[in-house]
Amino acid sequence: MSMKFDRPMNWKELPAGCLIDEAATSLRFKTGDWRSMRPVWNSEKCIHCLLCWISCPDSAIKVENEKITGIDYNYCKGCGICASICPPKASAIEMIREEK
Amino acid sequence: MKTVAKTGNEAMAYAMKQINPDVVAAYPITPATEVVQIFSNYVADGEVDTEFVAVESEHSALSACVGASIAGGRVMTSTSSQGLALMHEILYIAAGNRLPIVIALVNRSLSAPINIHCDHSDTMGSREAGWMHLYCANSQEAYDSLIIALKTAEATAVPAIVSTDAFILSHAMERLEVLEYSDVQNFIGEYKPRFSALDLENPKTYGPLDLQDYFFEHKRAQIDDFSKVLDAYDKAAKDYAELSGRYYPAVEEYKTEGAEVAIFAAGSTADTAKEVVDDLREQGRKVGLVRMRMWRPLPVEQIKATLGKFKAVAVMDRSDTMADFGGPVFLETRGMLYDSEEKPLITDYVYGLGGRNIELTDIARVYDDIEQVANTGKIEKLITYLGVRGEK
Repeated sequence: MSMKFDRPMNWKELPAGCLIDEAATSLRFKTGDWRSMRPVWNSEKCIHCLLCWISCPDSAIKVENEKITGIDYNYCKGCGICASICPPKASAIEMIREEK
Repeated sequence: MKTVAKTGNEAMAYAMKQINPDVVAAYPITPATEVVQIFSNYVADGEVDTEFVAVESEHSALSACVGASIAGGRVMTSTSSQGLALMHEILYIAAGNRLPIVIALVNRSLSAPINIHCDHSDTMGSREAGWMHLYCANSQEAYDSLIIALKTAEATAVPAIVSTDAFILSHAMERLEVLEYSDVQNFIGEYKPRFSALDLENPKTYGPLDLQDYFFEHKRAQIDDFSKVLDAYDKAAKDYAELSGRYYPAVEEYKTEGAEVAIFAAGSTADTAKEVVDDLREQGRKVGLVRMRMWRPLPVEQIKATLGKFKAVAVMDRSDTMADFGGPVFLETRGMLYDSEEKPLITDYVYGLGGRNIELTDIARVYDDIEQVANTGKIEKLITYLGVRGEK
């Protein structure tokens, strides 16, 4: 059974056993709105050491051609690991309060 | 088919050997220790292909079984009493994830006071967990039931508990007939899991968080699938009867034809009661016996049809609900019959707690009581604690 997400499924449509029967369904759910703190990346300060990229638990640091291009706010939950791992001399990521 | 002498525990271990599961994870507990002790010998001697996982508790035992079952294995374990209580939260997880694990269980009372002997409070305390429950009356049935239960469990993705009475069956030797290994293997067939965590081509998520938006739908689907167990069981039991000559209905009737009163009992006590029925029948008394073998799912229609024809029924409960309203079999039996046009007067006898012996004379007294209920149409005493000092 392929899972549908366009509307809530009823109990007869679900795969048995609380199974999610396909991979990578998390891509369909934008979980960035859980965030209360927002990392702001400064492209001029960044030395592209990629420490934030390898440390991010949500793979939310965007990289192209081995260079950081920004932060994926669809999935970033604002944990702040990127800001704390960023080398002090660079300090390219600042955490600010998420404003409505 | 050959005839052997085995205790209940030996019979269950032998059935496990012939089932030859992929994984058995277990922790010893009296009086079920022997089941896995004997089985571990089969493993050590290379007589089975099973991966035997020795764990540090029953909680871990069933947790390891859950993991092995999600991986797509045919999985069994064994326990009793406190061990089942320690497995309690994992019982729900196995059932909710539709893992057809089978437990060879020995019914023993729950502490306190601490006791190692028979009553049914362990499994009765787990009856809402979503497992099939079969209560066996002798060692032959225990052997046969594990094989039937495994087939039913795998057909429905509902896990199963097959139980015997502590010491009365688990440690008493009886004559029984066992099938050939190849017959058992042909009967149960190759296990084809509905999913496997080892299926790397089709990755899935097992046991995710499920909140207000979907939990209810998943539970409703589980309840619906549980309702299919009765038919699957009946098919497996009939197929097994063709193979072995032994048929075990979910509800067994013994000399009920023309009977006006009946005892409704489970486990070894039901076999004991047959002796009493034989004696009383010879005296011309219209008594019969109905044996409760399956208690989850409830064989509602069979119980209503069977018990509905008597004037009076005595339920024998080997546990109590602590509701000040008798035992669980009594409560549920009365509930099932509430809407029936034809229904008996029903009384309850809570008996045999902590292994207190039940004598032929005790059972004869119950028949005396319900004959009086049938004759007068009145219940003098709704709930009787049978065989306890200080009570008539």
